[in-house]
Amino acid sequence: MSNLTMSSLFMSKISQHNHEDASDRIGWDREQMAQKAAQDIPDGAYVNLGIGIPEKVARYVPEGREVIYHTENGLLGMGPTPEDDEIDFELINAGKKPVSAIAGAAYFHHADSFAMIRGKHIDVCVLGAMQVSAKGDLANWSTGAVDAIPAVGGAMDLVAGVKTIFVITQHTTKQGEPKLIEHCSYPLTGRGVVSRIYTDLAVIKVTERGLEVVELAPGVDFDYVQQRTGCELLRP
Amino acid sequence: MIDKRIASCRDAVADIFDGATVMIGGFGEAGSPIELIHALIDHGARNLTVINNNTGSGHVGLAALIENGQVGKMICSFPRTANSTVFPDLYRAGKIELELVPQGTLAERIRAGGAGIPAFYTATSVGTPLADGKKHEMFDGQEFVQERCLTADFALIKSLNADRYGNLIYNKTARNFAPIMAMAAKCTIVQTQECVEAGDIDPEVVVTPGIFVNRIVTVENPAQESKLVNAGVTYP
Repeated sequence: MSNLTMSSLFMSKISQHNHEDASDRIGWDREQMAQKAAQDIPDGAYVNLGIGIPEKVARYVPEGREVIYHTENGLLGMGPTPEDDEIDFELINAGKKPVSAIAGAAYFHHADSFAMIRGKHIDVCVLGAMQVSAKGDLANWSTGAVDAIPAVGGAMDLVAGVKTIFVITQHTTKQGEPKLIEHCSYPLTGRGVVSRIYTDLAVIKVTERGLEVVELAPGVDFDYVQQRTGCELLRP
Repeated sequence: MIDKRIASCRDAVADIFDGATVMIGGFGEAGSPIELIHALIDHGARNLTVINNNTGSGHVGLAALIENGQVGKMICSFPRTANSTVFPDLYRAGKIELELVPQGTLAERIRAGGAGIPAFYTATSVGTPLADGKKHEMFDGQEFVQERCLTADFALIKSLNADRYGNLIYNKTARNFAPIMAMAAKCTIVQTQECVEAGDIDPEVVVTPGIFVNRIVTVENPAQESKLVNAGVTYP
């Protein structure tokens, strides 16, 4: 199946959902954040998409690029959500939702699936975040609260093994607290693992000198982003 | 003559003893051997250590086994589900122990157990709370953490087809942990949808060779966990 067909299939499932985020708010909406990340996925890449906004990235990979999606429960060549009459509850993704398999897909057991991840065979992984530090540390599995039920899934394996980690996240929490900060206060998922961050306000690259703004959302200036960030940002 | 077929799920689990370690296949409902789990509930063995990626849904299958007070400890990567409070309630009440393991480390620990490898090193979880107290070592300038293998007294898994020798093939992403659990358990018990003649499974496509399997029970029409959960079914 060509990537063009793939993209349009992913597209057809979501056209009705495109009106969320319509608003008076400033910056990119979630679809646009996913679109920004998708632009940076190269042709021929093997890609793992996390649950939530990262899942949307598949819809926006530019035409002309063929991308193979890996889901860590044991499928390479994951296709879009099937029609209701084609759902098989033994064909699911890591979020335990029904998916399809493209022509040319492969199934495998968990140790092989995580060998793909831990053996550095997957090119790009897109994840959500609770916090990212100035050094690219990621916290996305636990707030460390005493009464929380800790659950990690495959996040620590993905950040340790995948060659390039993209993070898609709102720039601040719902309470307006910065999520990009000097040091993560939540328990880490991995140290120094994040390459790029796509927020509603900016695209940011993790460099040895700190977080560098690569692109600002329309109507957003550098100072506006800096005020909402818990560490010093570098200008493009 | 070798014939690993057993008449019923009840007979297949009859010697699972109090305090046994039991690996249970499945990622969410895909691959969950629900009839074998229900037979284990009827059988009543207690103080079990259960290894599974999750902690079950609703009040059937693994969640029901936990709810029935038969599990003293869970080893898993993601003990939270949207539709079950069984494990979280017991955990908060201090009535069940949890060993939280990154998903790929869980899979590799099981694989290692089946392959006679007592421990290995991985980059996964380095710098996180899940590496605390574990041996660390540098290889080629990078830090790794030592993880021990996992073995079990019994494994309960599900297959699509089996023959009397125990050769298995699976259905799509229901494969997940089953092949490695079959390798890591002293006694592997399989519920298969169909038992076929020896030779009917092409040797080129056998996923689990029969040497890793001890008992086979045919469950032609296994229950679908999500259907039971949605119908509000409780087991027993």
